[in-house]
Amino acid sequence: MKVKVISRSTDEFTRERSQDLQRVFRNFDPNLRTQEKAVEYVRALNSAKLEKIFARPFVGAMDGHIDAISCMAKNPNHLKGIFSGSMDGDIRLWDIASRQTVCQFPGHQGAVRGLTASTDGRILVSCGTDCTVRLWRVPVATIMESNDSSDNSAKPLAVFVWKNAFWAVDHQWDGELFATAGAQVDIWDHNRSQPVNSFEWGKDTVISVRFNPGEPNVLATSASDRSITIYDLRMSSPARKLIMRTKTNSICWNPMEPMNFTAANEDCNCYSYDARKLDEAKCVHKDHVSAVMDIDYSPTGREFVTGSYDRTVRIFQYNGGHSREIYHTKRMQRVFCVKFSCDASYVISGSDDTNLRLWKAKASEQLGVLLPRERKKHEYLEAVKNRYKHLPEVKRIVRHRHLPKPIYKAASLRRIMTEAERRKEERRRAHSAPGSMPKKALRKKRIIQEVE
Amino acid sequence: MLMDLYTENSDEMDTKIKKYLRGEGANLEVLKDKKLKGQLAAREELYGKSAKAAAKAEKWLMPSEGGYLEAEGIEKTWRIKQESIAREVDILSSKNQYDIVLPELGPYTLDFTSSGRYMAVAGRKGHLAVIDMKNMGLIKEFQVRETVRDVVFLHNELFFAAAQKKYLYIYNRDGTELHCLKEHGPVLKLQFLKNHFLLASINKFSQLHYQDVTTGEMVGNYRTGLGRSDVMQVNPFNSVVALGHSNGTVSMWKPTSAAPLVKMLCHRGPVSAVAFHSNGHLMATAGMERKIKLWDLRKFEVLQTLTGHAKTMDFSQKGLLATATGSFVQILGDFSASQNYSRYMGHSMAKGYQIRKVLFRPYEDVLGLGHSMGWSSILIPGSGEPNFDSWVANPFETSKQRKEKEIRSLLDKLPPETIMLDPTKIGTVRPSRKKEQPTKQEREAEMEAAIAAAKDIPIKKKTKGRNKPSKKLRKRQEGVERAKRPFLEQQMDEEESSKKKRLKLNEEENQLPKSLQRFARKKAT
Repeated sequence: MKVKVISRSTDEFTRERSQDLQRVFRNFDPNLRTQEKAVEYVRALNSAKLEKIFARPFVGAMDGHIDAISCMAKNPNHLKGIFSGSMDGDIRLWDIASRQTVCQFPGHQGAVRGLTASTDGRILVSCGTDCTVRLWRVPVATIMESNDSSDNSAKPLAVFVWKNAFWAVDHQWDGELFATAGAQVDIWDHNRSQPVNSFEWGKDTVISVRFNPGEPNVLATSASDRSITIYDLRMSSPARKLIMRTKTNSICWNPMEPMNFTAANEDCNCYSYDARKLDEAKCVHKDHVSAVMDIDYSPTGREFVTGSYDRTVRIFQYNGGHSREIYHTKRMQRVFCVKFSCDASYVISGSDDTNLRLWKAKASEQLGVLLPRERKKHEYLEAVKNRYKHLPEVKRIVRHRHLPKPIYKAASLRRIMTEAERRKEERRRAHSAPGSMPKKALRKKRIIQEVE
Repeated sequence: MLMDLYTENSDEMDTKIKKYLRGEGANLEVLKDKKLKGQLAAREELYGKSAKAAAKAEKWLMPSEGGYLEAEGIEKTWRIKQESIAREVDILSSKNQYDIVLPELGPYTLDFTSSGRYMAVAGRKGHLAVIDMKNMGLIKEFQVRETVRDVVFLHNELFFAAAQKKYLYIYNRDGTELHCLKEHGPVLKLQFLKNHFLLASINKFSQLHYQDVTTGEMVGNYRTGLGRSDVMQVNPFNSVVALGHSNGTVSMWKPTSAAPLVKMLCHRGPVSAVAFHSNGHLMATAGMERKIKLWDLRKFEVLQTLTGHAKTMDFSQKGLLATATGSFVQILGDFSASQNYSRYMGHSMAKGYQIRKVLFRPYEDVLGLGHSMGWSSILIPGSGEPNFDSWVANPFETSKQRKEKEIRSLLDKLPPETIMLDPTKIGTVRPSRKKEQPTKQEREAEMEAAIAAAKDIPIKKKTKGRNKPSKKLRKRQEGVERAKRPFLEQQMDEEESSKKKRLKLNEEENQLPKSLQRFARKKAT
């Protein structure tokens, strides 16, 4: 007879001293965990509810400007600094951590319309409706630390006066050049008082300009003649132009996929394009109910933030048709500029009500350092929620957002209008000769033509 | 040789991986959506990897191995006595063989916590006790001075419920009466649903009660309507409660419906015991007509019928089945892996002992017996799961761990709606209810019924020449025509469409050169 029975000595299965960690034994046998699917579902539901409870995205407002914020710029070399320019010609550098002004850059006579910092973070370029471009030296980090000097003001390094008012400016990545937009697109060097190059295609005002993060010589502009133009600095003439049905207010390149850019359009939508293939949008991002004023990509390239004239800020997935998140407060007026912070965890919006607002990029994210166990738990709950996101109860809770009444009404009105338009077109198609009214996808519908 | 070892190993790993895969993967070939297909393929790969990791962990990281009993030569395992086992095993295990004789207060019933560390015993004459099985220490014993019919632990060892003469009571470990649950009435049998925190009871008036012990809410109160029964067992796989009745049926209940989920006629006489395997596919029932049956709960079919009485039965974690009648316990085992149970061990108590309850102790090779003269414990090698999971049930739990676990299990408390026959259905897609086309016969029958109805409409009696028989006949025929018309129109439509289809197919065929026409696509029908 051979016999063995289970016998566990307490010493083997418990800790030796009270300072030791408790010993943990695992057995993944499915029979030990009964009804695991139901348990997972309950966990997903609970975590969805908790996420709703902890969704407090608003961190704080930065108050100081005395007119509407018109533009902002990130400092690529300093995580907690942000520049903002306002309609009265005031430029400020903010410390995001303490939410206070570190430094002011006085000088502009009219509205500041464009701000940008060089890639090394030393030079700030501003331009405005007073027909000047000003270069400023950015105060070094040590000054930023001491916050006692609140009325610290800087003098411009250089002032370039030019013929026309400026609407936007953007600095080249890893280079000396920057581009301004106004009556035409001008390319400037730091050391020259006149543009080194200028481009013109059509007579209308150019309202935004952005350099490509991957290819430093490529830039995209949008103009008030509803066009999006792509320029290459190595060529003497513009490369390509796309004309849409409505004006594009702002453009942002995807930093991780630098051939793609997203255009914030006047018709409440954003359009993601592949710069090599402009005859069709890659994705149409719908949800805003008024013109989208500004757009900025997260450094991860997986999502972007938009600010709109409807007084809301929304966050979209780079390939998602609808927004992931909407931020609004009672006091926030028309949003003119938005920026994603360089660590992808905050969003900053500047609006008509003279304030900059700081939001969390993930509304329910826990700030501060997480213990590994805590982080693991969060990851697990995220995974479980993702697994059961299609179930009606979980979906309902995760999707629900409270909207201000005007936006809710406007959204439902827009829905009715688009539905009516669709129905009308369908009827027209039904009553016309087959094939005479081909269906056109929304991704192509808003494009009038592409010009080479 | 090495190759052989390798293949054997891979076979072993395959069976292990299969266990952790929890069924077949989704069939992705039928999907047309490329994006979804890609996502699901990635997910399936992830599942495969995790199953493999779990299988590897099982193979290499498990601290202990299961028990076994093997006969040598002409020995038979069922002839091996407890005394001879005691001589072979270590001292620690042989301590698990004992008889506690308390002749006045019996018969005894017992219950273990899910980790197997604590035991509650209840004598019919009012003796209640909680015992720590690790050091065999008596935590508390007290006398309630009335009949106690059943005892059950709640979610941990701090609380237990006892079914007494008139009411159900909840006590804590120190013997303090916390609640008197009068709504349950004179309870015969108790069960606790751990995942749902539900206390299920069946009383003398054959009413089934479900009470949520966290909120005190009575979740369900149903009359079974099948007479008094004191056979009740929870299926651990899906938390469905099974009741055995005196007319030979076993009914299965969930707290959210007043009618039983399943009513199956299992025996010709009264059902005396029910037990469930932990994988949820196997049920054992015993009847008074000297039959023990094993059922496949997926098909509700008998797998095996054994002869013998059983007053009480229990499945161990490893799938051994203990049956007891009178003073004799028999352990059946499934050694052919084809669900064919045969004799494994037996044990006779002293003459005159009436065994009332057999219960395997979780995570140990021990069978607890409650009988008319006290309670006993015997060793059944190979019955318990050798490796526990600290996060599921930990026999070496400290009080801090117990507190944390209580919180965690409360957060994961399942709503009563999650009790269903197949708990894996949660989170899956409900199949679309496709409208089936009525067959030709059905349609004809429908038409005939409509015609008959039209014929039966009484025709009013008119005056003065308007009541002619010819007119009446015409009117009736008109009615019949009207009733027929929709059916005939539908039929015509269908014929026309099928004709069109045929024409189109013919055209396609005719377009092909003669030599290729035989390769043209055949009609689907």
